[in-house]
Amino acid sequence: MEGDGIVNPITIMEPAICEKEYGKLVSLCFKVFKDGGSVRFQFHDEYPTKALAPLMLEDYRKVMVERRGEEEQFSYEHIIECMKKVIALDLKQTVNVDKDLQIRAYYAGHVLGAAMIYAKVGHDTMVYTGDYNMTPDRHLGAAQIERLQLDLLITESTYATTIRDSKYARETEFLKVVHKCISRGGKVLIPTFALGRAQELCLLLDDYWERMNLKVPIYFSAGLTIQANMYYKMLISWTSQKIKDTYATRNAFDFKHVCPFERSFINAPGPCVLFATPGMISGGFSLEVFKQWAPSEINLVTLPGYCVAGTIGHKLMSGKPTRIDLDKDTHIDVRCQIHQLSFSPHTDAKGIMDLVGLLSPQHVILVHGEKPKMALLKGRIQTELGIQCYDPANNETVFIPTNRTVKTDATKAFIKSCSIADFHISSNPLVGLTDSNCEAIELFRAVEDKKEAEGILVMDKTKRAKIVCENELMLKLGVEEHGVKFAYCCPVYIDFHEQTSHQLASGSCVALENENSSLEAARSPKCSSLQILHRRLESQICCKNLKGNPDYLKLNSITIHSCSRNFLSLPNQGGKTEADQCNISVVAGHQLIKIWLGS
Amino acid sequence: MKLTCLSMGRGFYCPPCHMLELCGFRVLLECPLDLSALTVFSPLVSDSANHLICAVPWYKTVKSLHLWDPSLIDLVLISTPYAILGLPFLTRLSGFSAKIYATEAVATMGRLIMEDLVSMHAEYAQFYGPDERPACPEWMEWEELEKLPLDLREIVLGKDGVELGAWMPLYSAADVKECMLKVHSLRYGEEACYNSALILKSFSSGLEIGSCNWMINGPRRNVTYLSSSIFKSAHAMGFDYHSLQGNDLILFSDLSGEVIDDGRNDADGCKIYDEIVVEDPHSSYVSAVGASYGNEEDLVKLLLENHENLEESDRIAFICSCVLDSLKEGGSVLIPIGRIGIVLLLLEKIWQFLESSNMMVPIFMISTIAEETLASTNAMPEWLCEERRQKLFSGEPLFGHTELIKEKKLYLFPVLNSSNLLMIWKEPCLVFCPHWSLRLGPAVHLLRRWHKDHRSLLILEEGVDAEMALLPFKTLSLKVLQCSFITGIKLKKIQPLLQMLQPKIVLLPDGLKSQLTISKNYAHLYYSENVALRVPSLREDFEARIMRYLDFKLQPRILPQENLAIARLKGRLRLSNGNYLLVPAEKPAHFSNKQQLHWGSINPDLLLKALKDKGLDGHISDDETASCGVQFISIITPHEAVIEIDSKQTVISAANENLAAVIYEAFRSICNGI
Repeated sequence: MEGDGIVNPITIMEPAICEKEYGKLVSLCFKVFKDGGSVRFQFHDEYPTKALAPLMLEDYRKVMVERRGEEEQFSYEHIIECMKKVIALDLKQTVNVDKDLQIRAYYAGHVLGAAMIYAKVGHDTMVYTGDYNMTPDRHLGAAQIERLQLDLLITESTYATTIRDSKYARETEFLKVVHKCISRGGKVLIPTFALGRAQELCLLLDDYWERMNLKVPIYFSAGLTIQANMYYKMLISWTSQKIKDTYATRNAFDFKHVCPFERSFINAPGPCVLFATPGMISGGFSLEVFKQWAPSEINLVTLPGYCVAGTIGHKLMSGKPTRIDLDKDTHIDVRCQIHQLSFSPHTDAKGIMDLVGLLSPQHVILVHGEKPKMALLKGRIQTELGIQCYDPANNETVFIPTNRTVKTDATKAFIKSCSIADFHISSNPLVGLTDSNCEAIELFRAVEDKKEAEGILVMDKTKRAKIVCENELMLKLGVEEHGVKFAYCCPVYIDFHEQTSHQLASGSCVALENENSSLEAARSPKCSSLQILHRRLESQICCKNLKGNPDYLKLNSITIHSCSRNFLSLPNQGGKTEADQCNISVVAGHQLIKIWLGS
Repeated sequence: MKLTCLSMGRGFYCPPCHMLELCGFRVLLECPLDLSALTVFSPLVSDSANHLICAVPWYKTVKSLHLWDPSLIDLVLISTPYAILGLPFLTRLSGFSAKIYATEAVATMGRLIMEDLVSMHAEYAQFYGPDERPACPEWMEWEELEKLPLDLREIVLGKDGVELGAWMPLYSAADVKECMLKVHSLRYGEEACYNSALILKSFSSGLEIGSCNWMINGPRRNVTYLSSSIFKSAHAMGFDYHSLQGNDLILFSDLSGEVIDDGRNDADGCKIYDEIVVEDPHSSYVSAVGASYGNEEDLVKLLLENHENLEESDRIAFICSCVLDSLKEGGSVLIPIGRIGIVLLLLEKIWQFLESSNMMVPIFMISTIAEETLASTNAMPEWLCEERRQKLFSGEPLFGHTELIKEKKLYLFPVLNSSNLLMIWKEPCLVFCPHWSLRLGPAVHLLRRWHKDHRSLLILEEGVDAEMALLPFKTLSLKVLQCSFITGIKLKKIQPLLQMLQPKIVLLPDGLKSQLTISKNYAHLYYSENVALRVPSLREDFEARIMRYLDFKLQPRILPQENLAIARLKGRLRLSNGNYLLVPAEKPAHFSNKQQLHWGSINPDLLLKALKDKGLDGHISDDETASCGVQFISIITPHEAVIEIDSKQTVISAANENLAAVIYEAFRSICNGI
């Protein structure tokens, strides 16, 4: 987006926190402290994110320090300090960060508190979205955003080409596998991250347990998940509609069959289901349990849809290893069953296309994903939706042109004239002439064009430009209009009999002799001849809008009146007497008009 | 813009109600019910002789609202949970089609209060049976009304005797449900766009959970609707006045400052009950008003100074100590307070007091909505004050009542006569239950049980006419504590607040006229009940934006004398989000080469010269027969034509179309036009 240097870092940083991916939060935390006290950015962040972020960061810090023995990148105090700088943002709350920048969060449905960020700088608008989910799941709703007029949409495209099958089938399969395992007395280990999938699966299992009347305990590994659960209970407005509807009587996150786990339970006999962190069995408690449970055939380990290379989860996914080496001395015999889950809260290709289609922005930028897949999606967006799309590489800069607008004043009369013009066209497109008249079609076009507002832009060097109407311009300039009219003077020949019969019919002169009639006609040539003309026009061109008046006839902008002078020496038509001829001047408002009068 | 104040309201539970005509739309601000008028009805258990009306109660709506055609209302804005109570009366009318906006929390709370009202009212319906004359009950007949004592008649008929038409039989639960379906709920700061013309935004007012002030921005108007606000609240999010800055017009509708206190008369009734009133020392406003304040920081400091909050917590502490005294004596305590926030605070505080004095007294909350109310208050952190939100971030429950329920110190029951309640009922006890009018709900039954017990205590709010409310419970020996809570902006803070918000016009209730000194920074207009107030427009012009690339097709003409450039402009005008945008026409704009507007006078000599340049020859001739000032140019070659010029207009008469076009061309070159 053009201009405004200070804006970009903010809008880029904001989304960074709107998704709770470790790396991004960490980099945020890092960034804040590298810069020391001189951080000028404001961080905006949704309520759930703000609540949960310290938990996640603290967890990450512990993992880093304890397992890898790395030097602390930041301390707990740093986390607290960092979170103090974060301002919580509510859904759809429109915040004016400063005079030019406006931001707003929309529900993304990825994890609790995930949001799409709408930003508006001046009149340029964009939406940045990290991960989002276009289909609702058990604990979160689907992404919600309205049709905004956007210059730019930046969207993630992790699953750029994947199309997922129905969730129902995946859920049933998972439940079947778990049920089979526990009915054989096996133990089920579900390594998950604290947020999102843990709650989702827990709701699923809790519900199933209730339906099937199962008594096998479901355990949560201590700490993290239970604490996170508490936030879910309070942040009801960020969860799915079903949970929102029922929380008053029973909070869905008060799981009936779930109880905390104690270390001594690991080797206790009997079946059980255990949720343990971290999700990819990269260490921590889930690894500890895995070591104990993996050698037994009746046990089951479920794996998330995606595991980072190098983790045990990844090893288990790629092939069917029977033995995993932890280090030189220790190894685990894997005899248990492995089930792979595909409950990813990421949107698939259809979801991305749906979102892009819904928002219909001027430009799309794809970020996050594998290059060839992104290129494919880019092609689809460009051909199917006709939207300019980019998939820039790292450190590549993309320039997006935007529609700049200029602020002007518009007078009330101008605004009014616009709405009247619109109304006029929509309700009354025809003027009442027959369409057989090809000349009249020209006329329609002139009227039709009117629905486009027409005004005069007055540009003053010192003041804001202003759109005015014509008469307002006259007033403003202090001048009077000088009208221009076009006239066409032509003789109209009126039949002697017609004149007489008209006079008889009108009853003004009852018994007139033929000889006197010319005299009578001369006495009131104006009105009578016009009236005759009026009748004739009406009879010949079936014209409803012709307005008769003693002095003139009027058809829209054309005025017909009798002319007292004969400036143009018009050729005299033979066979008619002078008295029968009467000059008619046709004055058309602003246009040259052809007129024929049948004689 | 036109403002009609429909009702100045009656304190906290019945906020003021206005009709605003803005940008061609009709906006109804609030739709309350005057529940204090319920006191004219006799409670079911009353046995003493009094003159109260023994019938199924009707409810008093805003009188003047009936004078407006409901189908012509475009928009309804609700800013507190209590202001929604009259809405089902409107929404059930077939012609009503307005959009209704309220914050999510207000909609939730409002729905709960209405449902509670309906279920409490059902008790009456059961007792009296179905209404025999649903259109006009017996008590509404003139003979019956004339039998009423003066004070009751005044409540029924109003001061001018015209309010009888405002009484309505209560809506049903289905009406409430239908009404709630029509309410669009918003978050704080969320923009709602009505008809692409008005942008509505709500910001917290601090009065109650979810209550708000509104910003209404239209193409030429921006209005702030300021309802009763509290700067710093102990439960709800505080008054967000910073966000209200920048609007030209403020409709000041906080009438808490001028509540005329005529409810209490201690002359004869005071012996029956000990009335302890915690007084507000609000006589100090005169000194502070009108002084000029240096800078914004001073203003903010002044606005945030915490006297009233300290007073409020003192008051709560005082109530708690009174409660404790009663309980110690063995008396029970009845708290029929309707304000959710105050109830939550009292729960927390009283428990602390009980804990510290080591008393084990059960606390009951008896209401059909108790459970849902408490559950929902604990699940809406976004609407609460900073301290409560901090609790969210540190992972604690938002309100203390969660703990109390878990530890079985607080019991929630939907109705008084549930068997479980009887099993654990123990006196002395502490009961929170509706309704503050003492005519509905469990409060009536409990009061009847305890009213002769001198050890017991009843806590009422200021603004409730205690004398009237307690009338059916005469001979009263229980203690009554009536206390006032903050219900809005203190008088002395009004001026600094307005100075901070920097409006151009302020609309104030006429009651404040004598109490405020006028600042010269902005214009004041005073509104009074049922008088339409026309508010002058501040901006002559609309603001419109034009797409820049449209500019390129402009053919500007420079007028050197006026130092202006003018150009014809053609496009489509669109209105979206309250902004006008002029976009170019889909077809390329073609301005016909004929110009259409000319001004000034024409010099025939110049015109003749111009014609000659175009190859037309002619001569100027004055026609004696025509009126003076008319000049003619007769063209002879190549064809004949006549140009008739006077000071106002030029008529070109030519037999040939092309010739006329050439003449016009020549004319244009010497005449000012666009």
